[in-house]
Amino acid sequence: MSAPDPDAAWIAAALTAARPQVLAALLRVFRDLDTAEEAFQDATLRALRTWPRNGPPRDVVAWMILVGRNATLDGKRRGARLTPLPPEEALSDLGDAEAPLAEAIDAGSYRDDILRLLFICCHPELPATQQIALALRIVSGLSVPRIARAFLVTEAAMEQRITRAKARIARSAVPYGTPGAAERTARLAAVAAMVYLVFNAGYSAGTHAERAELCDEAVRLARLLLRLFGTEPEVMGLLALMLLQHARTPARFDAEGRIVPLDDQDRALWRGPLIAEGLALVDKAMRHRSPGPYQIQAAIAALHARAARPEDTDWAGIARLYEALERMQPSPVVSLNRASAVAKAEGPAAGLALADPLAGSLDGYFYFHGLRGAFLLQLGRTGEAREAMGRAIALAGTPAEAAQIRQQLDRLSGEGPAREKNLTRPVGDRPADASL
Amino acid sequence: MLYTILCYKDEDVVTAWSAEEEAAVMGRLARVHEGLARAGKLGPSLRLLPTTAATTLRKAGEPPLVIDGPFAETKEQLLGFYVVDVADLDEALAIARDLAAANPGGAYELRPVLLYNPDPRGAAPGTGTG
Repeated sequence: MSAPDPDAAWIAAALTAARPQVLAALLRVFRDLDTAEEAFQDATLRALRTWPRNGPPRDVVAWMILVGRNATLDGKRRGARLTPLPPEEALSDLGDAEAPLAEAIDAGSYRDDILRLLFICCHPELPATQQIALALRIVSGLSVPRIARAFLVTEAAMEQRITRAKARIARSAVPYGTPGAAERTARLAAVAAMVYLVFNAGYSAGTHAERAELCDEAVRLARLLLRLFGTEPEVMGLLALMLLQHARTPARFDAEGRIVPLDDQDRALWRGPLIAEGLALVDKAMRHRSPGPYQIQAAIAALHARAARPEDTDWAGIARLYEALERMQPSPVVSLNRASAVAKAEGPAAGLALADPLAGSLDGYFYFHGLRGAFLLQLGRTGEAREAMGRAIALAGTPAEAAQIRQQLDRLSGEGPAREKNLTRPVGDRPADASL
Repeated sequence: MLYTILCYKDEDVVTAWSAEEEAAVMGRLARVHEGLARAGKLGPSLRLLPTTAATTLRKAGEPPLVIDGPFAETKEQLLGFYVVDVADLDEALAIARDLAAANPGGAYELRPVLLYNPDPRGAAPGTGTG
């Protein structure tokens, strides 16, 4: 009786899952990103060669670390005319003799290893796009052509972008020491922000499918972070926020690729399992009574998710949460989101009163004029509404955004105020701090 | 007799599945489930959210301690279970082999059921999205 060959898809998934931890350990061993990546590549090739024959190892991560390390050391020794190490076939499963070695490599420091691997991708001198590209290449292991397609640039351009980013990292001192508590917290915050950048790159991609998949990558990275830092409420908040927003993806665009406002979305299309996980994480985070910006944004997304119909939405609760977010992380966009929620809870006049003072900082912002236009329309100030919506169309960043406002203008000239309730597009559908 | 088939697997691997892989695995499993259901052998089954969504109440002390995450840190996590109605262990193992062929990787732990309380609500539970 023999076990069937392991499913090729299972091997691929096992290698993808093992990548961050293996690469992070190899980086600590070799202290050089390119060497670590080559060692991982080596281990991957050997895995694909030996696992179908010998079956997968019990401990995939330890096997990959050992084989990757040995292959690279082997290569170096051959180069130096020294005795090679035994072939990886001997390691196809780790026997009791190798277990202590694997433990030593693991050494319980994998948490800081992986955090370091993620942290070097968020070097402050790297622009956001390079941070995202680097994290997708190094941590997620996406191929350069795949990343290039997501960002609509040529492979050569993306290759160059990643090479430059790596060179920038190589010039700076990578912190290999074990971080203290404060340093670890600072790294975690930088990494969380980078993961949210990856998510927003996907979330703002419209119907561009390959880029939209970056949302899945960001969710995976956040799950990884939360497994490493399982008691950090802000990491729970980050993952919950992304899951709850991502759950709406199937309902966010119509057949023509136009954005469907939150109120008009078919909530039956929202992805139930992601919502269930997001709501569970919000509950877990709240228990810590240590609120932060990700948790508050997740709580806002949770109130949307809990409403079976748009009219069931707890707008007063959302307005209170935006007020808390405004205090914690002041930004005109957050204030605009608050104005939108207040308008839903208390009426367009209250919303307009909060929105108008933002004109100075948001005059060049599409949503500001779109929202003001909707408030003015609801208040019957048609001329001013038309003017505001005209400004919004002029500022629209994508055809979908322009089409959305044009639709409102069409309603204004055609159907009259009958569908007014649909005109106030909740900007809460858009990540609050991603736009400025 | 009733057996539970407890599904242990590295959840990192499961969350690394692409949408296509997920659909392929679930499709293969659905065929096994259908066969079991037709034969009247399939009881309730559950798939669990990742352990990052788990909370543990440690009841050793007073008051009990609430902590984040699963009870034990292991390489493979409890991701779900089946209850099957079988004649003996051999039959339960045959079912586990069919499930394993549809969903390789990880382990199934086969445990006989001591006490079985059906869902007192009678109906199928909600999906937990609300």
